[in-house]
Amino acid sequence: MSEVEQSISKVIVFELLKEEYVIPVDKVRSIEKLLTITRVPRTANFVKGVINLRGVITPIIDLRKLFGMKEEPYTENTRTIIISHEDYEVGMIVDAANDVIDIPIHSIEPQPEVIGAMTVDYIDGVAKIDDRLLILLNLEEVLQMNHTNETVMG
Amino acid sequence: MDISQYLEVFIDESKEHLQTCNEQLLELEKNPSNLEIVNVIFRSAHTLKGMSATMGYEDLASLTHQMENVLDGIRNNKIKVTPAILDVVFKAVDYLEEMIFSIADGGNGKKDVSDVVSSLVRIENGESLADGSGIEQTVQDTIKNQSPLNLSSKYDEFEYTVLQQSKEQGFNIYETQITLREDCVLKAARVFMVFEVLEQVGEIIKSTPSVDLLEEEKFEQTFIVSYVTRVTKEELENRIMKVSEVESVVANDVSLDRISLQKDTNDETKAEIAVATEEKTEDMSSQSVEDSKNSRNQQKAANLNNKTIRVSIERLDILMNLFEELVIDRGRLEQISRELTHSGLSETVERMSRISSDLQNIILNMRMVPVETVFNRFPRMVRQLARDLNKKIDLQIIGAETELDRTVIDEIGDPLVHLIRNAIDHGIETPDVRLSNGKNEEGTLILKAYHSGNHVFIEIQDNGAGINKDKVIAKALKQGVLTEYEVESMTEKQIFDLILSSGFSTADKISDVSGRGVGLDVVKSTIESLGGSITIDSIEGKGSTFLIQLPLTLSIISVLLIELGEEKYAIPLSSIIETTIIKKDEILSAHNQKVIDFRNKIIPLVFLEDLFEVPATDSEDEYVSVVIVKKGDKSAGFVVDSFIGQQEVVLKSLGNYLSSVFAISGATILGDGQVALIIDCNALIK
Repeated sequence: MSEVEQSISKVIVFELLKEEYVIPVDKVRSIEKLLTITRVPRTANFVKGVINLRGVITPIIDLRKLFGMKEEPYTENTRTIIISHEDYEVGMIVDAANDVIDIPIHSIEPQPEVIGAMTVDYIDGVAKIDDRLLILLNLEEVLQMNHTNETVMG
Repeated sequence: MDISQYLEVFIDESKEHLQTCNEQLLELEKNPSNLEIVNVIFRSAHTLKGMSATMGYEDLASLTHQMENVLDGIRNNKIKVTPAILDVVFKAVDYLEEMIFSIADGGNGKKDVSDVVSSLVRIENGESLADGSGIEQTVQDTIKNQSPLNLSSKYDEFEYTVLQQSKEQGFNIYETQITLREDCVLKAARVFMVFEVLEQVGEIIKSTPSVDLLEEEKFEQTFIVSYVTRVTKEELENRIMKVSEVESVVANDVSLDRISLQKDTNDETKAEIAVATEEKTEDMSSQSVEDSKNSRNQQKAANLNNKTIRVSIERLDILMNLFEELVIDRGRLEQISRELTHSGLSETVERMSRISSDLQNIILNMRMVPVETVFNRFPRMVRQLARDLNKKIDLQIIGAETELDRTVIDEIGDPLVHLIRNAIDHGIETPDVRLSNGKNEEGTLILKAYHSGNHVFIEIQDNGAGINKDKVIAKALKQGVLTEYEVESMTEKQIFDLILSSGFSTADKISDVSGRGVGLDVVKSTIESLGGSITIDSIEGKGSTFLIQLPLTLSIISVLLIELGEEKYAIPLSSIIETTIIKKDEILSAHNQKVIDFRNKIIPLVFLEDLFEVPATDSEDEYVSVVIVKKGDKSAGFVVDSFIGQQEVVLKSLGNYLSSVFAISGATILGDGQVALIIDCNALIK
């Protein structure tokens, strides 16, 4: 029984440029609709600013910008996923967030390496469930990207 | 048993008890003969022992137990208080403190305390008191002489009349001494049961200690009840013995003659006390005075207990956050009610606004803590330092009740410790030097806290040697911090400020206490990070004063809201000198730097819009709004688009993710729920 439990992880699925990404559900504090963002000057370009999340000032990053994807205007479906990792509490803007699923650990494969494609640190692997291809995001790496940029700035 | 949920309470209460021990030990050192103080210490130690044994901290419990034995000896006049004994007890308390702190940090509270334990045992056995035995004997003798009086109760006039009348009507009067078993758990309950038994067949005139104290279990095993009844002594004793956990009952006849005698002497001595308080000695009047004092103290303590509860600061923070949420919704409601113009609605909303602003005051006040929580560890520290350095120091604490925000309290401790160490080590001279300088042998250190306006001031004043200006200058020149030319134009204050810069120590000798030149700069930066400032005043030969200015609270500040393009920013009022509107052609250019001539002073301009890369809006105004801000004696003008107004805002951090944003010290939530960033003026003025 415990073996089965261990081999499954509950994740939240979100959409980014028509692809589906997942993050562990226990890292997610809440999912919000787009709130008014106050720009914070002189920060990395993917830092959209801060929001007032029920009295707590929470920084917001735009994942599309962070991953160097094409920017598009926000839509009805745009969501902010508030994640909490170690000391950080950060909101990530994604195209849509609509699903919570269980993925068996064994279905996770390392990121396919193809010539011409660039491997990135912030992806842990991919999982194929039925017809869906889910990309596992490494939150630690995603949050770390801020630091490198900041030191360059400073 | 899962004890983790009690751990926090245990740690808090233990710290309190240790604090009491420390304070009372200091008191005892001043009045070694006052046994009431020993009792207070004993009670704290006893509670501590019980708590730590329950929580399973054996080392803690056994050390406390040993300390308690010694205190018990002192209390029963078997051991005489000497500085040597106090030192050992102080050391024991130190160890206890260390253990508690180790538990608080998640440790197991274990520590090798054998040295202190063995010296405590030695004291307990009287080994170190070989020469004191003679005195001890006499003390014991006097105690013996006193004891019959101590055992009996004293009666006031009313009680005496009652007794007299009862006697006349043929009642028996007994003074019943009831002893509970040592292992009795619910002493108050047993007392209650005894009283109930007694009430059935007679009337209780008086109990010693008083009923209040009995109910609070503030007695050892024995208490005395003065009782009027028709039943015989034996029957009375049997009845009381039926109550479980009663060890023994001894009923004594009371002769009214003796009481009246007592009454007389009582009155006499009371009169004596009124004339000359000095003269009260070992007679029973002093006992009664002490009794009443004792019960008063205990009553006071009881009142305090009833009126406070423990709430963790986290919960208060949560409350604060929820409340802010409420404020934001209130803002929205106000707006909606204005739009709807429904009289009932707007009345309700107005009422709600008033209530919520009252609520805000209360919540903010809850976070305020008296500065005493920091100050109360200093007497102990000063005593130790004075001993280590062979100096005589009189520490005076004034205004310990002054309140400060909890966050400030947490941070201010270390800087104060440093300044006090500094004052004792460098400031106050050794007794012989002081005497040869025509000063009192004992140096005075005054620690003073007080409110003024929106700030709290903490003053550390010593009447020691003061700061030698020439020495500071010589040192600064040697270290190349200053040039001869600069020295000439420096004010006294500026010279003193030098000792706050890093790597600066004028002490000739480096001691364990201070003088390594690290520290005062840390003190300065800590205080500045709290939004405060520190200034030094000193007269050589007379002493120095360090004045710390702190904001009342860190979480609420007054700001000027300004607009840059469409964005709103806040500038702390504490940095603003004034605001002004100038014509564009008044802006001058000096070597690529825009400046203005403001009140005959050239002030550099900072264009916030450019600095913060605000999306440009076209405004071809003839005038520009400027906020003049200061940092120390430097100033600058911030060019903004428009002023919105002054507001009290709640300061919040941007979170760990955005920990070091340039020129932004935090953010706040405005009435409409939007976030406004707070500009860090210190970062913008070089």
